Amino acid sequence: MGAVTAPAPRRRRLVARPAAWLIWGVVAFFFVNLAGVIGSVLVSSFGDRWYDTWLPQGWTTRWYGQSWQEFGLFQVLLVTLEVSLLVVGISVLVGVPAAYVLARRSFPGRRLLYLLFLLPILMPPITYGIPLATVLYKYGFAGHLSGVVLANLVPSVPFVILTMTPFIEQIDPAVERAARMCGAGTRQIFVRILAPLLTPGILAASILVLVRTVGMFELTFLTAGPDSQTLVVALYYSMSAAGIRAQQSIDAMAVIYTTMMLVLLVIALRFVNPTQLVARVREDVD
Amino acid sequence: MSFAELRLEGVTRSFAGHDALTELSLTVRRGEFIALLGPSGCGKSTALNCLAGLLPLTRGSIWSDETRLDTVPAEKRGFGMVFQNYALFPHMSVRRNVAFGLQMRRLPRAEVRRRTEEAIRLVRLEEHAGKLPGQLSGGQQQRVAIARAVVLEPALVLMDEPLSNLDAKLRLEMRTEIRRLHQSLGLTTVYVTHDQEEALSLADRLVVLREGRVQQIGTPEELHTRPANWHVADFMGYRNLLRLRAESGGGPEVVVTGQGMRLVGTPVGPVSAGAEVIAGVRPEDLRITGPDESVPATVEVVEYQGREVAVEARTAEGVQFNLRTDQRPALGDRIGIGVDPARLLVFPLTEPAEQSEQSGQSEQSGQSGDGPAPDVVAGSSTDAPVEAAPDSSAETAVDEPAGGGSR
Amino acid sequence: MRATESPPRAGGPTGERPAERRSPGPARVALRHRLAERGIDRQLLLLAPAALFVLVLFVYPFGYGVGLSFQPAEGGPFGAYQEFFSDPYQRDTIWTTLKLSLPAALLNVAASVPIAYRMRGRFRGKRLLTTVLVVPITLGTVLTAQGLLNFLGPTGWFNRILLGVGLADEPVRLTNNYWGVFFSIVITGFPFAFLLVLSYLSGIDPSLERAAATLGAGWWQRFRRITLPLLAPGLATTFCLTFVLAFSVFPSAILVGDPAGTTRVISIAAYEAAYVRYDYPMAATIAVLMGLVELLVIAAVLGWRALLYTGSTAGGKG
Repeated sequence: MGAVTAPAPRRRRLVARPAAWLIWGVVAFFFVNLAGVIGSVLVSSFGDRWYDTWLPQGWTTRWYGQSWQEFGLFQVLLVTLEVSLLVVGISVLVGVPAAYVLARRSFPGRRLLYLLFLLPILMPPITYGIPLATVLYKYGFAGHLSGVVLANLVPSVPFVILTMTPFIEQIDPAVERAARMCGAGTRQIFVRILAPLLTPGILAASILVLVRTVGMFELTFLTAGPDSQTLVVALYYSMSAAGIRAQQSIDAMAVIYTTMMLVLLVIALRFVNPTQLVARVREDVD
Repeated sequence: MSFAELRLEGVTRSFAGHDALTELSLTVRRGEFIALLGPSGCGKSTALNCLAGLLPLTRGSIWSDETRLDTVPAEKRGFGMVFQNYALFPHMSVRRNVAFGLQMRRLPRAEVRRRTEEAIRLVRLEEHAGKLPGQLSGGQQQRVAIARAVVLEPALVLMDEPLSNLDAKLRLEMRTEIRRLHQSLGLTTVYVTHDQEEALSLADRLVVLREGRVQQIGTPEELHTRPANWHVADFMGYRNLLRLRAESGGGPEVVVTGQGMRLVGTPVGPVSAGAEVIAGVRPEDLRITGPDESVPATVEVVEYQGREVAVEARTAEGVQFNLRTDQRPALGDRIGIGVDPARLLVFPLTEPAEQSEQSGQSEQSGQSGDGPAPDVVAGSSTDAPVEAAPDSSAETAVDEPAGGGSR
Repeated sequence: MRATESPPRAGGPTGERPAERRSPGPARVALRHRLAERGIDRQLLLLAPAALFVLVLFVYPFGYGVGLSFQPAEGGPFGAYQEFFSDPYQRDTIWTTLKLSLPAALLNVAASVPIAYRMRGRFRGKRLLTTVLVVPITLGTVLTAQGLLNFLGPTGWFNRILLGVGLADEPVRLTNNYWGVFFSIVITGFPFAFLLVLSYLSGIDPSLERAAATLGAGWWQRFRRITLPLLAPGLATTFCLTFVLAFSVFPSAILVGDPAGTTRVISIAAYEAAYVRYDYPMAATIAVLMGLVELLVIAAVLGWRALLYTGSTAGGKG
């Protein structure tokens, strides 16, 4: 927080001082609480015994070993990785060509299609997750990895499309026409011109989908079986079954999850702007 | 793929039911430099893209000698194209940009290298061959785009306003460069521009388009001295367009009157007595006379333009004239405005309906006579030399370009 | 002037040629042209996989769910809906959810505006600030819930500080009730709203405000008359997205809330119907109603947004 200083020119700062202080105070308050939320989990996971005190009585790392064993975290992490990579791969393969057409072309029904792609992002996952899970159970996908992947693709494919659209729009269509005039066919244009130019966008979209899939609770929760739980679902189950396990081993698991997310986040932020993690909704959608 | 002549036959392209280009027929001979000229939205870029194969035709056909070309995809036509914003591949070095087309043709590596270097030398970019387009100046990017287009020794080079993004000085340099390349490489070039001066200086023949229709096809001199109708005149720098009435008709000279003046001009096209006409004259063809001769007017604006000044003067009736003169009138001076009858062109307000596509061809001033006459005159009224000019209704196709670039 | 257009049909041996060549495919070519003119060609096939995905995995299940909701075990086609609305335990979940999500979304947007307005310029550490703000979004609701339980719990640091400073005599109960869920929504939703508002604000040309200043507008007038109207459509969008996030609250309502009482939100009802009572028609009914209520709120906001100016926010030369 120390690094953040008000940029305003002096004259304005004098006038706006109380308001500025208030605003910075609110921000600081938010961050202090955020630090408290994350810090208390972190401290607890390393704490030996922590009851009615500021800090635990002693420090230990045994909760990590315990939760690793008890919750079968290796298996869980493996599933998480498999699901996320599959979802990322498929949604990029499916979403990028679609984004290309939607960004470049106008055709009858384009708006309708765009709305259709927007809906899975706009609707609460529970609303379509429950019927989707029912359908997936009917056809025998749910309860397995395939069901989890299919369910997670529903918001991921549209998300890739929305993320890629601005990247594609950035590329001057004349560049593609120039390549055609140089004798390049459609495939060559994709391979030699578009793919290299879109790499940053594809990377960004992949990372964003990865973060979202690892963090996606509802859809995975509704479709996962015992062998296909991702980390966040396993965490939920261990939390809602609290009392059976030591609180600290749940905290340890939460810290593992947090670390994983933070690593992903650090990687993600090398490629994308923080605002992009939130959403990239085009203004002319509706 | 080289041709002796390339023919466009009734090429038409419409977007959502609206014709952007109507019945363009044109023959390009090998080695020719053709300019498509017109204000923005006149269909010239549409024409170029149709020719390139980047836009499918709605009607009509394109023939390379005896081969039908409009069904051939762009990448197989073997044309080169230079785009307005250059459209260089941003992730490739200059060398790789230029080599791209040769690689697409799967030529042997040694030949690709040899021809690439040759093309880079041709546009004098040897020192920059390893750079990315983003590291080059506008003029250098332009050269890369040209090198990339000509390295394939294309049967036809298409240029889409290639100079419009350059500053004035560079634009003049590149203009010479383009003409030099065209001649030294023996290229056939179709060049799109909205700058009449550029077109006049570069092209062997010009095609003037307006609202998707050909207005006139001719050599620079024909267009400059004999515009086929007042739209073309407006576009070719006839900044003074007066809406008058013909007193006489039929002869080599015609007397036109109205708005408190009486002038003698040369008719272009059928002008009958009593008909409404548009009389056009360039600012440099007006001369200042004594205040009581010819048309009296008051000087309102004097703009310094080097050896000459541009003068705006207004008559008692409120008609505004634009002049260029080497005299130095002062603001508020009473002057007279005189014009040589040979330089005052008198156009019919509405053009005669076309008999047939080709017959209009043989007419005097090379008027292509494509399509019917434009609907009630609209247009230069935005230029407002004449308050009483044609009602400034809907389509004002001719916006500002008139005269703008003619200095 | 030489002849410009060469008319090949002007007779002679070549006169026949074009007609011959043209004859094989005029109809085919014409159709292709007509379709291409409307933007339909083979390239659109690239859309097919994505469209198929959405149809099979979203539209079909959703339609299936709607169908299911009209086929309850008893009570005719509208039986499940009647049951839902006649049972206060179910019916009230709508109200409970709105009571949580609307104020939370409003707070998130309202708090974001002044903060983002203050921070829209460039300053040192801005990237760090936004990065830290992204953390709670990526952490997700489950972890936030765990953290809130620890931090805001009766023996957590927050209550310790309150007691230590003397602001409270006994621990304030902030978890396992309405407030726990509310905070969880704010912690994930506020950064989300803030970053969106910030990006909308940075899209507004700062020279517009400078222009207003030269015309004599004070900072409040500049904000009220220039920035806010240009920002309003963005705020509507932000509100919608934040609301969606809050409205679909599920795990935190169970973990830090009071899932049987004050925070029994509609997703819990849907989940219970499906996975506790195995009443799929009822679950589908609740899911449909949930989507409907959400879309109604969004439609209302977007309807209001449609009344606003939504053009370029650049200062000209758009």
